[in-house]
Amino acid sequence: MARAVTNNRKALNTAIAWSIGLIIFFPILWTILTSFKTEAQAISNPPVFLFFDWTLENYSVVQERSNYMRFLWNSVFIAGGSTVLGLIIAVPAAWSMAFVPSRRTKDILLWMLSTKMLPAVGVLYPIYLLFIKLGLLDTRIGLTIVLMLINLPIIVWMLYTYFREIPGEILEAARMDGASLKNEILYVLTPMAVPGIASTLLLNFILAWNEAFWTLNLTAAKAAPLTAFIASYSSPEGLFYAKLSAASTMAIAPILIMGWFSQKQLVRGLTFGAVK
Amino acid sequence: MATQQSRSAARLMMAPAVILLLGWMLVPLTMTLWFSFRKYLPLRGGDLGWAGFDNYTRFIGSSSFWPSVQATLVIVGGVLIITVVLGIILALLLDQPMWGQGVVRILVIAPFFVMPTVSALVWKNMFMDPVNGLFAYVWKFFGAAPVEWLSQASMQSIIMIVSWQWLPFATLILLTAVQSLDSEQLEAAEMDGASFMSRFWYLILPHLARAITIVVLIQTIFLLSIFAEIFVTTGGAFGTKTLSYLIFQRVLESQNVGLGSAGGVYAIILANIVAIFLMRIVGKNLDA
Amino acid sequence: MGSITLSKVSKSFGDVEVIPPLDLEINDGEFVVFVGPSGCGKSTLLRLIAGLEDLTSGAISIDGADATNASPAKRGLAMVFQSYALYPHMSVRKNINFPLKMAGMDQAEADKRINAAAKVLNLTDYLDRRPGQLSGGQRQRVAIGRAIVREPSAFLFDEPLSNLDAALRVNMRLEICDLHKTLATTMIYVTHDQVEAMTMADKIVVLHDGYIEQVGSPLELYESPVNKFVAGFIGSPKMNFVTGPSAQKRNADSIGIRPEHIDVSSESGEWEGVVGVSEHLGSDTFLHVKLADGGMINVRASGDLKVKYGEKIFMSPQEERIHRFDPQGLTI
Repeated sequence: MARAVTNNRKALNTAIAWSIGLIIFFPILWTILTSFKTEAQAISNPPVFLFFDWTLENYSVVQERSNYMRFLWNSVFIAGGSTVLGLIIAVPAAWSMAFVPSRRTKDILLWMLSTKMLPAVGVLYPIYLLFIKLGLLDTRIGLTIVLMLINLPIIVWMLYTYFREIPGEILEAARMDGASLKNEILYVLTPMAVPGIASTLLLNFILAWNEAFWTLNLTAAKAAPLTAFIASYSSPEGLFYAKLSAASTMAIAPILIMGWFSQKQLVRGLTFGAVK
Repeated sequence: MATQQSRSAARLMMAPAVILLLGWMLVPLTMTLWFSFRKYLPLRGGDLGWAGFDNYTRFIGSSSFWPSVQATLVIVGGVLIITVVLGIILALLLDQPMWGQGVVRILVIAPFFVMPTVSALVWKNMFMDPVNGLFAYVWKFFGAAPVEWLSQASMQSIIMIVSWQWLPFATLILLTAVQSLDSEQLEAAEMDGASFMSRFWYLILPHLARAITIVVLIQTIFLLSIFAEIFVTTGGAFGTKTLSYLIFQRVLESQNVGLGSAGGVYAIILANIVAIFLMRIVGKNLDA
Repeated sequence: MGSITLSKVSKSFGDVEVIPPLDLEINDGEFVVFVGPSGCGKSTLLRLIAGLEDLTSGAISIDGADATNASPAKRGLAMVFQSYALYPHMSVRKNINFPLKMAGMDQAEADKRINAAAKVLNLTDYLDRRPGQLSGGQRQRVAIGRAIVREPSAFLFDEPLSNLDAALRVNMRLEICDLHKTLATTMIYVTHDQVEAMTMADKIVVLHDGYIEQVGSPLELYESPVNKFVAGFIGSPKMNFVTGPSAQKRNADSIGIRPEHIDVSSESGEWEGVVGVSEHLGSDTFLHVKLADGGMINVRASGDLKVKYGEKIFMSPQEERIHRFDPQGLTI
């Protein structure tokens, strides 16, 4: 509903929107800035904004103390693995729901979503026990499976909404052209749904990356991802602002950078495919 | 509509997702249900036999139960109200013509990418700390006494942190919906002499109904189970113990699995009440 | 070869019977048009033949072989959809190549066919474009190209022209007719537009509420419709139906007379009325005449007829062109 307005009005809009945007973004900006300060400057009164002695010391201290790369690799493995695994299972299911709907399709979809409402803490101990029994505790595989399961409903839902935008006639055309079901999904549906699939992939990667209940409770040392890495700074190291900031920046940087480069898909993904 | 062949193929292809989720739901649920009727203390001998409804009466009878339900509902409700109201305002603002719209949009959605543990830590230490936090500095600058945010205004603080994380999501969905509003409709209303308030009330808000439903649904799903924000900031102290957190303490900190499981069953019941309520609304709105 | 036989074919969606059992014979090389108002089941019937829907009962055979339960891919038919259903992520060449690739055809042979089809359809310059960069008419041609390269035993068209503008529609109509003459392959064409049906078909199947009302050549349907529905549906402008004394006089419940079979006079005639709107097309003039009893008669008169709004005129039906119907609407 954007409309033509005068430049004055536009300038006013710009000023207001930028101020609000910067206020919302400020905590992140402040964290990144603080990570380059010395501890003394980090808590100086009055606070220094840009004019301080920039240093990389905090980063090397954090890396030395907690082996950042290992946590990072765990995060990448778990978030990536759970997303890809989820997509492989969800694509056929979403195809079925979108193109061969039955009276129960909507119920199944809502049921799937409702499993996400089950309070994780309610089943924490059983999962913990099962994980011990199966030898999955503190393993990347175990966490990958759990995160895949908790995000599966969202993946199915998103793919379903994207698939539904694809006209069924095109898939029927493929069928008339002699394509088998496998070829129909491989050569026609998937390429057409690439933007939607990319959005789904990105959003679920982020959700898995940031997940902080199972990752904190099912890992100890070996498989702990960045959420656990940062939680270890909760106290008393939290009082060292510069180091806390450096660790925080290292934990969120991969996602922020990824978000910057794939803005369009992410914005689309963030609406969970639910709103056009 | 389709043929028998594609219908059976569909059933087959839906099976893995359905079976996995069914297992993921039923297996732990059954175990929780079983434990909730046992006297189960892993550190003091493990499974000590049948407990009947003991755990249930003890959990609900404990002085922390009702406050925790209340805390849960206040946090979920508070965050929903803040994010939806601010989200609508922000969406309408961002929809206006301006320079650098793309950059502003990125600035606004950035908090969504920050992991909850990080945002909780950053807010707790760098902003809300009563000695060295940025807020304390601002308060002192204006001659006021610094607030001990996480103990004196613990609920408000947590609601604020969580709202900051979820505002981007609400804004983005609502913005997408606002952008799909037909400008001719608005112009027609303007020609008819409708004021901004009446245009907002009779045209924009009804148009946003579906988007608001989605925001409420998805946020509720995530908010009911918020954990890291409380774990990192107050650790459940100062009246911020949600039902989830209370159960977490019973199971992991007091190592009373039976009691915790009974709490889990209550939490599941609460979640289901909310779910049924939500699904009703959403089911209706999704058809449109 | 492309003869198709439907015997006792029926289709229900849940409890709703969309197509009651029907029989139909389509001969090799015929251009058959299914026509009827929207919701008459014509598209469903086409989709049953295509194999995109299951039969509820009955059997379909193609070239004498039973195809009732064969998948769409196995029937050897090609279909052109209303929305064209082109693959938006593939170039025109890849779109046309897709059925050949699915059939596992040798690429050299496939390229030969694609180039030949492109030449026939004037698509040679567009082979490397995406469907999104083409006009409606060009997309339509790509859809046809994709159909013809397979050399199917029959073509199925599902309202292929309804998304085109009027001028283009006339052009494409001619092109499809031309194609039929060149390929001499069976074509089944679904439309709600009786003009398309009349101009293109060898054989028209008029459908109404799932029932076949009449099967015949365009002229047969025009000259001797079996009932009031077909009489009213075929022909443009529509046939006039008159009840009352004029019908009773001719021993019928009602009579029908086409606008082009009414003589106009300023002095005398069977019916007297007042001219309402008159549409001057140059070659013809369509008059909408109000009768004294409130009824309307449409008349197609010659283009040089000069009448004014509100003028009184007389009309007489040409006796030998009158269709008579019984109370059930059947032709007597």
